[in-house]
Amino acid sequence: MFDRGRTSLLAMALLAGSFSACTPAVYGDGYRDRQNVDLVERGRYLVTLGDCTACHSDPTRADSPFGGGHAVPTPFGKLLAPNITPDPQTGIGKWTAQQFDDAVRRGRMPDGRRLYPAMPYPYFARMSADDVRAMRAYLDTVTPVHHAVVSDQLPFPLSIRAIMMVWNWLYYRPGEWQPRPDRSAAWNRGGYIVEGPGHCGACHTPKSFLGGDKRRHELQGYSLQGWFAPDLTGDPAHGLAAWSLQDIAEYLETGHNRFDAASGPMAEEVEHSSSGMTAPDLAAIATYLKSRESVSKAQTASPANSPVMLAGAAIYRDVCAGCHKIDGSGIPYLIPDLAGSAAVASREATSVLQVILHGAASAATREEPTGPQMPSYAWQLTDAQVAAVATYVRNSWGHATGAVPEPAVKRLRKSSQSRD
Amino acid sequence: MGDGVRRRDVLTGAALALVSGAAARAGVIKGDLPWRPDAVSPPPRVEPGPWQFFTPEELPTIEALADRIIPPDPETPGGKDAGCVVFLDRQLAGAYGSAEGLYDRGPFIQGVEQQGPQSSKTPAQTYRAALQALDQYCRDGGGNGIPRGRRFAELAPNEQDEVLHGLEGGTVHLPGLEAKHFFITLVKDIQDGFFADPIYGGNRDMCAWKMIGFPGARYDYRDWVSRHNERYPLPPVSIGGRAEWTPRQR
Amino acid sequence: MGLGWTGSILANELTDAGLEVMAIERGPWRNTATDYPPNYAQDELRYRIRHELFLRPSQTTFTFRNKMSETALPIRNWGAFMPPNGVGGGGVHWNAETWRFLPSDFVLRTHLTKRYGAHFLPADMTIQDWGVTYAELEPHYDRFEYLCGTCGQAGNLQGKILEGGNPFEGPRSRPYPNPPQTQPFSHTLFAQAARQLGYKPFPQPSGNLSQAYRNPLGVRQGQCSYCGFCEWFGCGNYSKASPQTTILPVLVRKPNFTARDQCEVTRINLDPSVRRATGVTFVDATGQEWEQPADVVLLCAYTIFNVQLLLLSNIGQPYDPLANRGVIGRNFTHQTISDVVSFFDPKKFIFNPFIASGAIGMCIDEFNGDNFDHGPHGFVGGGYMGQVQTNGRPIETTPVPPGTPKWGTKWKQAVKENYLSATKPGTGVHGSMYSYRDVYLDLDPSYKDRFGRPLVRITMDFHENELKQNRFLTDRFAEIFQAMGARQMDKQYRRAPYDIADYQTTHLCGGAIMGTDPKTSALNRYLQSWDVPNLFVIGANAFPQNAGYNPTGTVAALAYWSAEAIRSRYLKSPGPLVQA
Repeated sequence: MFDRGRTSLLAMALLAGSFSACTPAVYGDGYRDRQNVDLVERGRYLVTLGDCTACHSDPTRADSPFGGGHAVPTPFGKLLAPNITPDPQTGIGKWTAQQFDDAVRRGRMPDGRRLYPAMPYPYFARMSADDVRAMRAYLDTVTPVHHAVVSDQLPFPLSIRAIMMVWNWLYYRPGEWQPRPDRSAAWNRGGYIVEGPGHCGACHTPKSFLGGDKRRHELQGYSLQGWFAPDLTGDPAHGLAAWSLQDIAEYLETGHNRFDAASGPMAEEVEHSSSGMTAPDLAAIATYLKSRESVSKAQTASPANSPVMLAGAAIYRDVCAGCHKIDGSGIPYLIPDLAGSAAVASREATSVLQVILHGAASAATREEPTGPQMPSYAWQLTDAQVAAVATYVRNSWGHATGAVPEPAVKRLRKSSQSRD
Repeated sequence: MGDGVRRRDVLTGAALALVSGAAARAGVIKGDLPWRPDAVSPPPRVEPGPWQFFTPEELPTIEALADRIIPPDPETPGGKDAGCVVFLDRQLAGAYGSAEGLYDRGPFIQGVEQQGPQSSKTPAQTYRAALQALDQYCRDGGGNGIPRGRRFAELAPNEQDEVLHGLEGGTVHLPGLEAKHFFITLVKDIQDGFFADPIYGGNRDMCAWKMIGFPGARYDYRDWVSRHNERYPLPPVSIGGRAEWTPRQR
Repeated sequence: MGLGWTGSILANELTDAGLEVMAIERGPWRNTATDYPPNYAQDELRYRIRHELFLRPSQTTFTFRNKMSETALPIRNWGAFMPPNGVGGGGVHWNAETWRFLPSDFVLRTHLTKRYGAHFLPADMTIQDWGVTYAELEPHYDRFEYLCGTCGQAGNLQGKILEGGNPFEGPRSRPYPNPPQTQPFSHTLFAQAARQLGYKPFPQPSGNLSQAYRNPLGVRQGQCSYCGFCEWFGCGNYSKASPQTTILPVLVRKPNFTARDQCEVTRINLDPSVRRATGVTFVDATGQEWEQPADVVLLCAYTIFNVQLLLLSNIGQPYDPLANRGVIGRNFTHQTISDVVSFFDPKKFIFNPFIASGAIGMCIDEFNGDNFDHGPHGFVGGGYMGQVQTNGRPIETTPVPPGTPKWGTKWKQAVKENYLSATKPGTGVHGSMYSYRDVYLDLDPSYKDRFGRPLVRITMDFHENELKQNRFLTDRFAEIFQAMGARQMDKQYRRAPYDIADYQTTHLCGGAIMGTDPKTSALNRYLQSWDVPNLFVIGANAFPQNAGYNPTGTVAALAYWSAEAIRSRYLKSPGPLVQA
């Protein structure tokens, strides 16, 4: 009944070139410590931080987690995530500790083939060797699933993994996260999670046309699979400036805060990953994100008496106010406050158009089980009307993001949505 | 099916179709609230187009009936111009006309009034028969001194009203039909079309809603519930929207 | 069996107790955003006139006759009541009027006999005490009200009578979880007029929320927006209490809960001793039959379907009205409803009837139950009355003064003139219906459903007691509209014979009643079957007679009461909880 998946970053390199150096091996091969319950629990928690299940578990096979086979959509085609259970033939049961570490932090498989960055190894490279060892210890305890997965699904010539050599040269930076002594422990822990296992930038950092991170615009938002992962910096126009530390932590833990609700790919992230994080870790992530300052170029709001805004206001009053209220304030923790919503404030209108056209189901967690849903309006509103109401919402109550173009609506109307 | 033990097929053919046709989403719900994008079932929009039920022979009759049940006046259209016949046309061509979902097993026995309708005829069948019978009644001159040879649509409005009063009062009989009951249904159907959302073909331009001051398919009156004895100012809106929803071209 | 209010409450309680619970629901899954979103839920034709959310008679219906001497005929299209279908049951489309019964209602025979003498009651009236008291149910009423976020003003707080509430209600342990809804114009005027006449009006207890609310399960609801599309319709903005908006988000996520929709249970299966249920047989949407084994069977399929399944499964002795023996099918009741439609000067009154919620209204309870001396009047029972108008939907609510033609120019003119200045409460007089020997359920001898099983046959007519009650109440009701300034009133008394084509609420009760004596009840005071101890039958079927209030609050209280008995006693020691 619902699909999952993750975006991936993939590019086609036109030049052959050198590849990045490996980090040195740090522990012996073949060692398994199954009685070290602390290590296994730490590994379980790290696997939650890394949200490995999002790709490596098939939602239609709930009784065999991490068994692989789930199709991970990328702009260039589908990849099938491998089986990472300890099955010796079809999983990673025979891998040595070094091989596991090479895969996770360096993007190399035991036979030397390179991983596509659909596996976010450029982020996991920030992790410590000990943490990776713990993840392996946990995965070792998962029920082995005999399930052969042929990961290679991309069309030629993208199927030639060697092209990743060039991509890695351009975009892969090895090296663990370096804590900053001038910053608090919380900030450093938050940075480790965000830049490392949390791999937030995989969705939230804008990409070049080759699919690599634009490092000068880290965490400033990116459009993928019909959604726009918002700007997580403190940008007053498009980011989380209005959100407190508490707001961010609450959102990550429960999927909801007084402003907004996690839907689409983020709803799954919350349900599988951040709702399982500890309170100190959530506070740390919030601390780190709130320190990321940026100021984007100011935009002018669409004038309230323009034909588009007037039409949008009429639609809003007739259709949207029943839930979101006339003043856009919604119902805290149930119906988003459009004035404080990160999705509404985003540079691009993609998420707003997505939920209007196709509807959305928000995250449901133990703390916030309601999981309210937004209906689909595609059948009721024309492209011009969707553009009008989206423009109205994105240029009212303090927002200034400019007009939403009709072609954007048309494009998004056609795309069929998975829950991602 | 989990612990269930399969036995045998118990439903076949028509009975099966009746049940499983409309909502084929049977399944197991476990772990999550079921949800899919775009999973809505909005009302079908009636588009202008060829008649789907009424024949060219029937149309003058039903249009005349609509205009007697809801006569036109300078401020508000009558039943015909309000689209009530379009409404009824689509309804009779669809589930309403074929009595879909109603219990249609026999035996069909006429009971007392309070046991409810027991006819084996669908609304579609009833209208076909009734419209024809009505015209025939008028052609035959009725019993009311109306000259022979003219069908219902050709009578003067006051003569038409006389016939309708006769149907309503039980003095006009239509062979093979419960005339009084048909008339009640007809009045209800025309008035339903008059007041229903325009998306169904009647209530054109929300004329009926404008007539009475009903704001239509609105959903939020929180700002008005305490405003007592004041006229509500916003215009009506249909499920299909209103003109102000589309940006004006400069 | 059945995932409406009772099924959802029981499933949630028993999964909390660690049981594996499977809910088998005849109708489809229903969900706010995909089934009744706020951009097409407000469709009067689809949901009120064509009643799309309700059971199709072609799937199951009943036959009906007034008297035993008549032949029952099928209800081919719903009229007097409309059974729900689908997950959420009646909780999806109800208007969330959330009442408690009076303490005297639960000991009715004892109470009335004591006050008026046995001779005062008609000889063929079969009212009974319930076997449970208001005081025992009070914590469970409270539980349901806090689950729903019910909005109201307490009238009796632990014995202290509070201004602005219902002074006649049984004592409640704490206030309502939310304040009352804001009342629109005509409802406010009604209260003023009622006060002038010496009554004590109070806001109807409402499950349409006056403000945002988070219930004890952590599920949130929003604020009702007075859209005027409440009863018959699903709520589009999470502000009407329903299983969907209060329980299901939590229930569905439990690993020990599974639901199957579009599966109709055809039989409860018994072991050879016929004193133990082994499970149920059901048919899925493709027509295949399945058997689901179970340790405990909970029949939560709504009053009349509960009785139907008991009859078809040969559980309990079917009621024979002539011999006055048997229990399954006896004490079947409905409600005694009437209305007063009033017309005011359009130049002075603008009521905006379309601004309303399902449980809006100002009511008085002076004429309910035994709240007044019935001695001079020669009847028993009563009901609340109020300006409880829920809508101005134009197909249904365009009243015209009595005598106006039903079509034509005069009709059109009268509709236009009166729409904004008329009041049409709907179920304005909401009276009790007590039980009688000749009002009952059994199986029809000729008509069958799609499985070839006999339909349930309803034998029902009004008795003089209820007609007298209604005349008295309707006259009192009209006096209040008079005092409001109505210039014309249409008193629509409830008249015999009982008409299956005229809608009178879906408050069907009885048929498998609770009690202290297995000879006159099907269930003990915990709603456990006297005949099959691992079967519980939860619903308004348990009411020995119907009181002058909407039943859902009491149905839910009984569900919690029964669940507590199952959890704290039955599970520890399965078997009869009451020795007969």
